[in-house]
Amino acid sequence: MLNTSSVLEFKSGTFFAPILVLFKHDIVAIEEALQEKISLAPEFFKDSPLVIDLRELNKQNQDLDVVQIIQMLRRIGFFPVGLRGGNEQQNRQARALSIPIDTVREQGNSIIIGDTPKQEITSQLSSQPEIPVTQSADPVAAPPTDSAATTLITQPVRSGQRIYASGDLIILSQVSAGAEIMAEGNIHVYNTLRGRALAGVHGNTAARIFCFDLQAELISIAGDYKTSEDLTKQTYKNPVQIYLQNHALIIKEIA
Amino acid sequence: MARIIVVTSGKGGVGKTTTSAAIAMGLAKAGHKTAVIDFDVGLRNLDLILGCERRVVYDFINVINGEASLNQALIRDKNCHLLYILPASQTRDKDALTQEGVGRVLDELSKEFDYVVCDSPAGIEKGANLALYFADDAFVVTNPEISSVRDSDRMLGILSSKSRRAERNEEPIKEYLLLTRYDSDRVRQGEMLGLDDVQEILSLELLGIIPESKSVLSASNAGIPVILDEKSEAGQAYADVVARYLGEKRPHRFIDGKQGFLRRLFGGRK
Repeated sequence: MLNTSSVLEFKSGTFFAPILVLFKHDIVAIEEALQEKISLAPEFFKDSPLVIDLRELNKQNQDLDVVQIIQMLRRIGFFPVGLRGGNEQQNRQARALSIPIDTVREQGNSIIIGDTPKQEITSQLSSQPEIPVTQSADPVAAPPTDSAATTLITQPVRSGQRIYASGDLIILSQVSAGAEIMAEGNIHVYNTLRGRALAGVHGNTAARIFCFDLQAELISIAGDYKTSEDLTKQTYKNPVQIYLQNHALIIKEIA
Repeated sequence: MARIIVVTSGKGGVGKTTTSAAIAMGLAKAGHKTAVIDFDVGLRNLDLILGCERRVVYDFINVINGEASLNQALIRDKNCHLLYILPASQTRDKDALTQEGVGRVLDELSKEFDYVVCDSPAGIEKGANLALYFADDAFVVTNPEISSVRDSDRMLGILSSKSRRAERNEEPIKEYLLLTRYDSDRVRQGEMLGLDDVQEILSLELLGIIPESKSVLSASNAGIPVILDEKSEAGQAYADVVARYLGEKRPHRFIDGKQGFLRRLFGGRK
């Protein structure tokens, strides 16, 4: 029920914005590269909010004038809404321009794709906010769902196939022996899990694996793993959840 | 337009060529103009199973390279006038196959034929990939044995991701299971995987179970597809497979032993 008597209400929520990761401090080159991106997808970038990420730049000790970059971004139609990875002076400059500073997590829902620049690329920005579903062997069509949230797979994951989800991964079909499923978040398998399942691959120790029928070759959360040899009879072939507790993998039956 | 069927398995020696010969003959006997292509370039076998090895002049590679016309290379079967064989080259290797060339040959065949059966080589390399690339239907030939089932599972992954239908986001290849060399006695004794065990892993539409039978070897040696041996169980089983593929409902035979090896080992599911 909406409380109509009060003036306002605070709710928790997430606001998605592309993150602009900079690799060079040359403002002219950055603007050129951005204009090129904009020309590829003008609708996507029109009035887009943007978070500026200076971590790479500062790693290389390349100083950047935050005032200049923000002015440039505003001029070509972006709304800079945040800064991360800046040094003290850069943070101060940003605050002066009413740009909030993000000092928190190491891993965010960044939509930046691709490796560090080997060619003359000054900024990298994906043209659409899709989850990069990296599939090295034989990719299963994994339709990118809403932002960096969840990847849903409805077909069987066969031996030799690999699926990578940058968020949570939900699989409705069986995962065969010799298949590999990986997620930065949680993994749910509402069927038989015979392959390898690795949750929290970027170190998220709170990630969990849920599966309907555990027969996995290997299960891992944030690097801690167990092979099928270590799976006890009690949990084998049962619906379980798997989580980390004091660096120990706990496999617990879901009643 | 022809329907293109690939007979595939991943693993070698499970009965792909025997199956290709049998179902191609079965489809032709049912009145459908059928071509069967040997994709095992360098290890030509299909012509032996079909008993036409002495009539091979031109082959698949000659046609791909434009050295012979399709009509020159196609061999009409002695037993059924609606069946044609396109043999593989014995002197070349799989690199002689090109996607463009295979596509061209299949296009040309599609105009004239009702069904084109592609007999895939073993493995997951070029020959096998090209045999399945253009397929509409896949017959996955599996032995009731754990490594064969694993390889079939791998093949199913490739079918669903590396075919033309997958690349074009079209309706996926229809996949059917053919369980060959099935010995219900050994299944009953727990020495062999049962149908249930195999289906637990592959979960495919079962087109038929071909029982282990001496008649398969003797038919191969005689160069007569086993489906023509109507007295043998294997021949009858293949006839069932073709009938089911063409839409007829026939109960499965030759299963018997339901108590499989895995089930015995680990106990039934709760």
